[in-house]
Amino acid sequence: MSERLIYELSVPGRRGTQPPKLDVPPTALPTELLRDELPLPEVSEIDLVRHYLRLSQLNYSVDHNTYPLGSCTMKYNPKVNEAAANLPGFTGLHPRQDEATIQGALYIMHQLQEQLKEIGGFAGMTLQPAAGAHGELTGVLIMRKYQRERGETQRDTILVPDSAHGTNPATTSMSGLRVVEIPSDERGNVDLAALKSQLSDRIVGLMLTNPNTLGLFDENLLEIIELVHECGGLVYGDGANMNALLGIMRPGDAGIDVMHFNLHKTFSTPHGGGGPGSGPVGVAEQLVEFLPGPVVRQAVSAEDEFPYYTLHTPSKSIGPVKSFWGHFGVIVRAYTYIRMLGAEGLRRAAEHAVLNANYLLHHIKDVYHVPYDRTCQHEFVVEGHFEDAPGIRALDIAKRLIDYGVHPPTNYFPLIVHEALMIEPTETESKQAVDNYAELLLKIAVEARETPELLQKAPHNAPLRRLDEVRAAREQILRYIPVDSRR
Amino acid sequence: MVYVPHTEAERHEMLAVIGVESMEELFLDIPAAHRYPQLELPEPLSELEVMQELQELSTASLNANEVPTFLGAGAYRHWVPSVVNHIIGRSEFATAYTPYQPEISQGTLQAIFEYQSLICDLTGMEVANASHYDGATATAEAVIQAVSASRMKRKKIIVSPHVNPQYRQVIHTYTQGMGLEIVGEATSGALAELVQLVDKQTACLIVQSPNFLGELESLEGLAAEVHARNKKTLLAVATNPLSLGLFTPPGAYGADIVLGEGQPLGLGLNFGGPYLGFYATKSKYTRNLAGRLVGQAVDEDGQRGYVLTLSTREQHIRRERATSNICSNQGLMALAAAVYLSTLGKDGVRKVAELNYQKAHYAAQQIDTLATFSVLTTKPFFNEFVVQCPAPAAEINEFLLNGWMFDIIGGYDLSEDYPDRQNQLLLAVTEMNSRTEIDDLVHALAEFEAHRISGGDHE
Repeated sequence: MSERLIYELSVPGRRGTQPPKLDVPPTALPTELLRDELPLPEVSEIDLVRHYLRLSQLNYSVDHNTYPLGSCTMKYNPKVNEAAANLPGFTGLHPRQDEATIQGALYIMHQLQEQLKEIGGFAGMTLQPAAGAHGELTGVLIMRKYQRERGETQRDTILVPDSAHGTNPATTSMSGLRVVEIPSDERGNVDLAALKSQLSDRIVGLMLTNPNTLGLFDENLLEIIELVHECGGLVYGDGANMNALLGIMRPGDAGIDVMHFNLHKTFSTPHGGGGPGSGPVGVAEQLVEFLPGPVVRQAVSAEDEFPYYTLHTPSKSIGPVKSFWGHFGVIVRAYTYIRMLGAEGLRRAAEHAVLNANYLLHHIKDVYHVPYDRTCQHEFVVEGHFEDAPGIRALDIAKRLIDYGVHPPTNYFPLIVHEALMIEPTETESKQAVDNYAELLLKIAVEARETPELLQKAPHNAPLRRLDEVRAAREQILRYIPVDSRR
Repeated sequence: MVYVPHTEAERHEMLAVIGVESMEELFLDIPAAHRYPQLELPEPLSELEVMQELQELSTASLNANEVPTFLGAGAYRHWVPSVVNHIIGRSEFATAYTPYQPEISQGTLQAIFEYQSLICDLTGMEVANASHYDGATATAEAVIQAVSASRMKRKKIIVSPHVNPQYRQVIHTYTQGMGLEIVGEATSGALAELVQLVDKQTACLIVQSPNFLGELESLEGLAAEVHARNKKTLLAVATNPLSLGLFTPPGAYGADIVLGEGQPLGLGLNFGGPYLGFYATKSKYTRNLAGRLVGQAVDEDGQRGYVLTLSTREQHIRRERATSNICSNQGLMALAAAVYLSTLGKDGVRKVAELNYQKAHYAAQQIDTLATFSVLTTKPFFNEFVVQCPAPAAEINEFLLNGWMFDIIGGYDLSEDYPDRQNQLLLAVTEMNSRTEIDDLVHALAEFEAHRISGGDHE
């Protein structure tokens, strides 16, 4: 089942939305600057709506069914968040309006800043970064500038565990710093001996994902942080996995100096098929003045009857990381979520995320090999292959899950696990949904031995069969080209 | 327990299966001293109470859609056709993740493929990526693309002072660790002067058209001049995508990279975000592109479909050697732009662009008739122009907003970014501004003038 491209639905002369008529006297257009042709589609509104409705039906989403994509925290996106963010008094605000006319919006930003500081245990917070990786860039630039400001210009290295998300090393090199990889030990923790061997006065800091991408809380966390601090380094916490820690532990309390949050994971804002996200960054006291500007500040005047909020650029700021103040639409959604849950609701979310993960793990661990068999946090990793079914790979298991109407786990990540299947059920899945997922995984393990071709040829009932990605990369058809202009 | 479906009985059963007595036992790896902090957060509210609070907060600000607004400077008030929010609000698009499983993500993938195609057609370029966070970060990524295309050999960047100041700041933020030489911002901004700076070390020249002051730069021949001085220097042009409904796109002038802020394409003002960075280049630079790319593919039955492709450029494969660290982008915003461009289509996009041009020119002509206000923009412009005022721009804006009950949101005070541009106001006029609104603005400025000439105090 496939849908034609919008260009292929185009009929010359057809119109969708009609702009209004000109109501001012016309001025001559500068003919020498006008474009010759504008090769956009011509479709009616009903054709357009049907096109996108049909396309939407080719998508799987959280609102369909279980979506346990590891490290992505695909929890339910509450509909009240959407209602809140779509209030006309928010969607209609221009970011450059006079401060006196945007107090409602600044209040929400200030509240969310303060709430995230409280949840993470940080002294300062910026809401500006647009996504998790953007938050990482912000954090690493803050760490770099901090080290330089205190005269430690020889520090040029960031340590990154081998279990880290790919964004960690990519961010480091984007920041002009060197990456040194630290291996994991046999329990899935950072290898302490390897860490010690790399510590020196060249270290800007360590980027740590905790719980890590194996879903394990590092048993030596405090020692790791102390070691890095002792050599003058800072510890960056990748907050992608914060859903396990809400109300359970504040990373700042444990000594994490910088951390980004993913509002689109932990705080229930929708992922939009790949964004928009939002990646606020929290920092410890000594880094507050390095935050990207501006942050929202409550005016301190004691005489003010009403609090007043202003946009303020910190004194040693690394500079803005994007236009304006952040993804305000996402900020409103996350604020709504925190207001709905409160402190206890957040803790319960984390507890049930961890409960669901361990429960699922217990159901399948006798059948799927678990490389690090410990109590997991919000997610866990198993190996997606069987010794007695040599033709089956993690990919085949993933594709077969599609046939059963659920979304596959993350596969082939983390890289340190062979044929990895990384599973994060999230707290919003019911016991029945988790039971169902466990049953499907067990059933597929049987199929892997008895009818392996069912897996190898899966999916069988998705809109499309497996796609030839190798050929796509070779042919590089990256845009629509009309038939009559193809050579 | 909001959004957690477990009953008490189910919770007990699940803990028993795991073999623990309590929730706490699942968290024994967490240092005891830091376990279960007391979070000081406001008490939870019901949906009704939350919406009442937010409704009140949303009306505690002045909605730019409800009063005449002439503020632009990087974010523009445009009509968003109803179908745009209808489509991007669909759960199937909004609550999906990045399309890692193409067999069940064709909706997102095909929509992005269409978006890439539409951006190519609009900009006159060969390849476009799936989006950046906004115009500013897209500009910074252009610098990185240009420098990495030179394998870090060319480290000089030339930037026009008339590129949006926020974009320029973000270039500086992004590249602070890369050891680049960034020049041009202290020049007059004349293209001839900027081209003279191109030398063997130059990775790219970045200009904007319409520029931050609203003027269309004369791009004719610029690429040839840049390439004549150094054939490896890339010309990157930031642009307002809506202006391309009317004007010759930078691609047709030979630009190597065309990028910008996609917000005018069907995205609300939203207090500054989420917006959309669009980014297009020549095919020969495809492998230097940052971000995601969707390509056409076929499935095992020979059916056409779409996949994320060329991912060996990206962070999850290449790690520290990736072209960028970007992962989540602006997928839903790209969908909004695609719907916007498709529903208006060939005829409508041109008409909206023309409305912007006409209304802005009408406003400029009317303001220019005032004795103490004059339009400084002499080059062709799209929907924004500069007015020299008889008083500081902030004072004019204050008068428009509060004086004499006009309730008009004025323009952008250019002295904030250009200290030598005192008393200069950057005004944006779009299809949203009716003739009445424009006439009211001119009337209000005349009142300001009259009041000032009569020596009145307009505090």
